[in-house]
Amino acid sequence: MAEVVEKPAEKPGDVKIEQKVEVTKEEKPVAEKITAGHVHLSGCTGCLVSLADNYEGLFKLLDDYVDWVYDLTLADVRHVPEMDVAFVEGSVCLNQDLAVEELRETRKKSKVVVALGGCACYGNVTRFGRGGQWNQPAHEAYVPIGDVIDVDLYIPGCAPTPQQILHVAVMAYLLLKGTDEQKELATSYLKPLMDLAKRGTEACGCDLMYDVINQSLCMGCGLCAASCPVRAIEMVYGKPQIDTSLCIKCGACYAQCPRSFLNLDVINEFEGIGELVAAAMATGGE
Amino acid sequence: MVLGNYKECVSARATDRSILARAQDGGIVTQLFAFALDEGIIDGAIVAGQGPEPWQPEPIVAMTKQELLDAQGTRYNICPNMALIKEATRSYGLDRVGVVGTPCQMQAVRKAQLYPVGMRYVGDKIALALGIFCMENFSYQGFEAMTEDFCNVKLESAVKMDIGKGKYSVYNSSGEVKQMPLKHTLKFVQPGCHVCLDYVANLADVSTGSVGSPDGWSTVFVRTKKGDDIWAKAMAAGCFETKPIEEVKPGLELVTKLATDKITKNQKHVDERATFGVKADGSAKALRNPYL
Repeated sequence: MAEVVEKPAEKPGDVKIEQKVEVTKEEKPVAEKITAGHVHLSGCTGCLVSLADNYEGLFKLLDDYVDWVYDLTLADVRHVPEMDVAFVEGSVCLNQDLAVEELRETRKKSKVVVALGGCACYGNVTRFGRGGQWNQPAHEAYVPIGDVIDVDLYIPGCAPTPQQILHVAVMAYLLLKGTDEQKELATSYLKPLMDLAKRGTEACGCDLMYDVINQSLCMGCGLCAASCPVRAIEMVYGKPQIDTSLCIKCGACYAQCPRSFLNLDVINEFEGIGELVAAAMATGGE
Repeated sequence: MVLGNYKECVSARATDRSILARAQDGGIVTQLFAFALDEGIIDGAIVAGQGPEPWQPEPIVAMTKQELLDAQGTRYNICPNMALIKEATRSYGLDRVGVVGTPCQMQAVRKAQLYPVGMRYVGDKIALALGIFCMENFSYQGFEAMTEDFCNVKLESAVKMDIGKGKYSVYNSSGEVKQMPLKHTLKFVQPGCHVCLDYVANLADVSTGSVGSPDGWSTVFVRTKKGDDIWAKAMAAGCFETKPIEEVKPGLELVTKLATDKITKNQKHVDERATFGVKADGSAKALRNPYL
């Protein structure tokens, strides 16, 4: 017969924890972080997931370079604060006062506004919205944020890639907190993405026709086809053929094309920049 | 930047007879990829396979030496290798991708890494980028016209083409060589080539081409740390026979001359685009400049 245990085991509350919690103090607190946040408008949170998909790179970013001051999904802050860089995800619905107000406020309180992802830059799939959907049938006008506020920089694509977001975040840090040399590099790196923001709020696979082939610039490398998230581009006799009925207007193909922009002073330094970003992301110091 | 940054420049050819047998020149690309495959430096390489039309290249992911051998040789028309750069890491499942391409395709590789707009977890998987010298490329239809109309060789009966010494040459199956002056090929050059400012694939890890070296040999520039490392390993493994570039004819002088010619001519073209049109006030209206 099994021995009957009369006394129940001690309640967890009675267990004394002997282990000492070691209070670690950051040896080298990084005072020179920039502040940044995520503003969520009419997007699917895929852009934010992409940021998180940097995995340990995200931790490194938050540890050493960026105070993440606003993010409805990740941070308990209910109101848009002042910040250096605002990453805005999603297009803005003109029929939703709150969204429009949040966007206006973001512009007023941020030094740099980044349109994060195809919806914020170009409308992306929200371009096809015509209202009538549950549960806000009157929400029918979705526009890229650049139609409502001035935008400083675009990160196109659906979703924008973890790597592109990381590059922009590191370069933004160098621009605001780096040495003169780093500032110069960051400026050259970011300029084409700032030029994209000036270029406009419309994108389509057709851009490859209008602004590359029609401009006599396509050399048939095929990178546009590789960058398309919906496989709307096929290379036929060495040139892109675009199935516009598949295109979601994310802007990736044109931005990725080496003949949309190729700033040689930056591209020629590819090895050094790759090492710089890798070093910045290496754990345990710069 | 006429010849780009490089750590080493040599004249070289592969030591593997099976590679040299059908090589365009020194078999550098095939040998280097075959070595990298063997050593696990790459899991596969994007190369020019056979497309649906005769002599039409089509990008493929080669994962064996045989597939590399089948893709040997130059076909002077467009092969959009970069179209597979993401797919190689997806449905092919490669963690280490090799890719060969023209200078503009090497620019595409580096843009994909530095500005990975649509390249989620692709850039870090590009393990070896081999560049080939390129003066210009032709559309398939232009290449067909040059070969069939000007050189009178049906594409189906051609066995090899090359460009050198101012001529486009086609070798047919009965052993004849048909030629046309290179200047007559100009009208078939794809227009996008006219703004290209790179002759020797400045942005590759290792770049190679026939110019500068004797027949059957290739000029090789070892450019990046990655390229240097792999080249050193391949040399140690006896993959290549080399000669110092200073000791071969015509040597770097010709490479420099052709590179300078190309860049000068195309820079002029880029500049002309800036004043291509006319605005209402009579001032110049520009075509788009991709380098701004």
